[in-house]
Amino acid sequence: MPQANADIVRLDGAEKHFGAANSFIIRLDGAEKHFGAVRALSGVDFHVGAGECVGLVGHNGAGKSTLMHMVAGTLVPDSGKIVVRGASEDNFSVPRAQQLGIRCVFQELSLCPNLSVAENTRINHPSLTGFGWRRKAADLIAAKLDEIFPDHGISAFDIAGDLSIGRRQMVEVARAFTLTQDPLELVILDEPTSSLDAHTAGQLLAFVRRFVAGGGSCILISHVLGEVLQNADRIVVMRDGKVVAADAAKSFDRDRLVTAMGGAEGHQKAATETAKTEAGPLRVRARPARQQDGKELVAHVGEIIGLAGLAGHGQTDLLLAIFTAAGRAKAGIEVTAPVALVAGDRQSDGIFPQWSISENIGIRSLARLRSGFLISPQREAELADFWQKKIGIRTPDVSNNIFSLSGGNQQKVLFARALGSDARIVLMDDPMRGVDIGTKLEVYDLVREEARKGRTFLWYTTETEELDNCDHVYVFKNGRIVANLRRDELTEEKIIQSSFGDAA
Amino acid sequence: MASLQTLIAKPWIWSFLGALLVWLATVAFTGGYGGGGMITAALSLAVFTVIVGVGQMFVITLGPGNVDLSLPANIGLASAVAMKVMDGNDAMIVVGLLAALACGMAVGAANYLLIWALRIPPIIATLSASFIIQSIDISYGRGLQIKPPPGFADFTNWQILGIPVLAILTVLFTVGAAIALQRMIYGRSVLAIGQNIRAAWLAGVNVGRIRFLTYTLSGMLGGLDGALLAGYFRGANVDIGNEYLLASIAVVVIGGTSVAGGKANVPGVWGAALFLVLLLTMLNTFGVSAGVRLLLTGLIIVGVITVAGGQKALR
Repeated sequence: MPQANADIVRLDGAEKHFGAANSFIIRLDGAEKHFGAVRALSGVDFHVGAGECVGLVGHNGAGKSTLMHMVAGTLVPDSGKIVVRGASEDNFSVPRAQQLGIRCVFQELSLCPNLSVAENTRINHPSLTGFGWRRKAADLIAAKLDEIFPDHGISAFDIAGDLSIGRRQMVEVARAFTLTQDPLELVILDEPTSSLDAHTAGQLLAFVRRFVAGGGSCILISHVLGEVLQNADRIVVMRDGKVVAADAAKSFDRDRLVTAMGGAEGHQKAATETAKTEAGPLRVRARPARQQDGKELVAHVGEIIGLAGLAGHGQTDLLLAIFTAAGRAKAGIEVTAPVALVAGDRQSDGIFPQWSISENIGIRSLARLRSGFLISPQREAELADFWQKKIGIRTPDVSNNIFSLSGGNQQKVLFARALGSDARIVLMDDPMRGVDIGTKLEVYDLVREEARKGRTFLWYTTETEELDNCDHVYVFKNGRIVANLRRDELTEEKIIQSSFGDAA
Repeated sequence: MASLQTLIAKPWIWSFLGALLVWLATVAFTGGYGGGGMITAALSLAVFTVIVGVGQMFVITLGPGNVDLSLPANIGLASAVAMKVMDGNDAMIVVGLLAALACGMAVGAANYLLIWALRIPPIIATLSASFIIQSIDISYGRGLQIKPPPGFADFTNWQILGIPVLAILTVLFTVGAAIALQRMIYGRSVLAIGQNIRAAWLAGVNVGRIRFLTYTLSGMLGGLDGALLAGYFRGANVDIGNEYLLASIAVVVIGGTSVAGGKANVPGVWGAALFLVLLLTMLNTFGVSAGVRLLLTGLIIVGVITVAGGQKALR
C-alpha cells in the first residue's frame, strides 16, 4: 500500500500509538467544504482505525457534523480524498457507506414519526422481505434494545412519534447497531446521550466499549467532555473547521480539552451562591396529575428550580401543565405571571423552519413589537440584534433563515425568544441538547443573572451537573415528585437514589 | 438592481408572468383587436376569485389538511340571502350585504365548530357542512332566481375608464390582507401555526382562536362573494358558486402559497386569478371545444405549479 505509507510520514504524535495504516477503516485527506460564503471545513485530515473509538469534540459550528456527514456519505467534500480500507473512493455516497459498514446516528433524530419502531428498522434493512417482515424487524430491534438498554420499556410496535425524545434516541442508537446483510464496521454517534438520562447514557457507553472491544469502530461526538475522556481511545479536537489537536485520550484531561477547543479557557464554573433562605412572592405552585401524597412543586420570584430524575418520568408533562395553566385555570396548578417555554426538542417544539432568525425570536413578543396596529420590522430587528449580541448567536445577519445556524445556535435562538419576552416565569424543557460547553456556561450565567433580576426558572435537565445552578431540585419518578432537595443537600447519589427508590 | 433581484425571487411573480403571456398570445392571435376589453373583462371576473382566494389562502396557510370546501355552497346560500333581503329594493342594499356577510360568518364559524368539537379533519368537516348548507339553500331559495336591486346590479358592473370599480376596491382589500398577513399579529400567528402548530402553541400563540378567526374570515369572504356575484350576474342561484371550489384552491397554489402551510402571499392570488380568467378567454378565442378547453386548463395549471412551485427545500 504505497499510498498509505506516504501518509505515515505526516502523522503526528497521536497516530503513532495505533496500528498500521492499512487497518484504517476510513481516512479523509484534506477535506474541504463550503456552504455559500461559509467555510465549514478547511482541509481536514481525519481517520478511524479498526477497533478504535475516536472522540470528536469542538464548539457548535466547529465543523464536527459536516465532517461526519462526509464520513457517512451524505455530503461530498468540495475537495480532498476519501479512502476506505486503503482503497480510494471516488463516488462515495450513502449506499456505498452502508455497503462498507458505516452507520450513523445523527443529532437531528431521523426516525419517521408516523412509522412504528419495527417499520423504522426495516428502512435500514432491505433484506427483510416477504410475509412477516414486520415481525422479523421487530425481533431484530427488540433484541438490540434489550442488549443495549436492558430495561428500555419500548415496544417494537410503538409509533416513533409517540415516544419521548429520549426513547426515540434509544431506538435510533439501537437501530444503527442492528445487523442483517451489510457489514457493521463503524458507527458514528453524534451526541448520542444528549437526550438520555445518566442511567441510560451509562448503558449506552458501556455497550459502545463492548462493541469496540469486539473489534468494531466508533466515532463519539459529545459535549459532555467526561464521556469522551472516559470512553474514547483517541480524541480529535476541532475548531473553526480545522483539526487543532489529535492525541491519545489518556494524554488529555478536561482542562487541556477545553483549552484546545478554545473560547472558554478562563470560564471556570461560577462559584455557587449560598442558597436563598428567604422566599419572595409565590410564582408557581403545581401538583403533578399523578401525585397522591400532597407533594407539590413551589417556585418563588427569583428562584431557579430544577426538575431531575430519569428522562421521561413526568418532568416535561408537568412543565406543559404549568404552561397550559398560565393560559386558563387548571386544577392543582397556580401560576401568577406570564410564562415562556424553552423547548429542548427544538425541531418539533420550537423552530419555525420558514422563518428568519429574527422572526423566530420575535414570535413570543409580537404584542410588544407593534407600533400602532402593525408589527414594526425595526423593533423586531432591534430585539433580535440585542439578543444576538447578548448570547452570541453566530450569524452575520439575523434576517438569515433559522436553518443557516448550527443546532446549538438554533437552541440559542429559542433561549432568546423566551428571555426576550415579557415572561416572568421561564420553563426549560432540557434545553441544552447539542449545546457546546462554552455556550452552556454562558447560558448558565445568563439564567442566574435573570433570576437575580426576579425571573423564575423551572429547569428540567438530564445532566446532573446543571442542577448545581438550581436553588431547589425536585426529583421525579413515574410522574410523581419523590424528593425535594435544597442545593446544599444535592448530590448525584441522592438524585440517583431517589430516581430508583420506591415511590413514597 | 437589488430591487429587481428581490422581485424575481418573489414566488408570485410567476403568476403575473403567466397572465401576461396568455394575454399576449391572445392579442397576437386576434391581431391586436380587443386587448383592452379583455383586460377589463378579466379584472371584472378575477375579482370574485380573488375574494374567496384570499380567504382560502389564510385557511390553507394554517397547515396540512386545512382547506375550506364549503365555499361554493356558502356562496350560493349567501347570494340567495342577500337577494331576498334586498328584495329588489335599492334602500336595502347595505342591509342585504350585511346579511350575506353574517350568513358567511355563521357558515365559517360552524365549520370550525365541527372541526374543534368533533375533532374531524377540516376537509371532511367543510365538505359535510357544504351538503347541509346546500340543502338549506335549496329549501330557502326554492330554486328561484331572485333579481338584485337595479342600484346594486349597476354598482357591481360600474366601470371608470374601463376599470371595474369592484376591482379597485378589491385591490385595496388585498393590500389590507397582505398587511394583515405580514405585519399583524393575526397573520404572523397563522404563518406560525402553519409551520408547526405545536411550536406555535408553545410560543404563546392562541391556536384555537386564530383557527376560529381564519375559518370565520373565509366564510365571511364567501358570503361577500355570493352577494357580489348575484349583483354582477343579475340573480342568485344555487349553483352560482360552483366553480369557486377549484378556482379558490388553484389561485392560492398557483400564486405561490405553500400547500404545506406556513408560507403565503397575497399578490400571487391576483396574478393567478387573472391568469385563470385570461386562460379561459384565450382558449375561447382560439375556438377550442369545451372538452379540450378543460383538458388544456388542467395541463397548464399543472405546468405552472411545476415551474413556479419547483422551489428546492431548504436543507
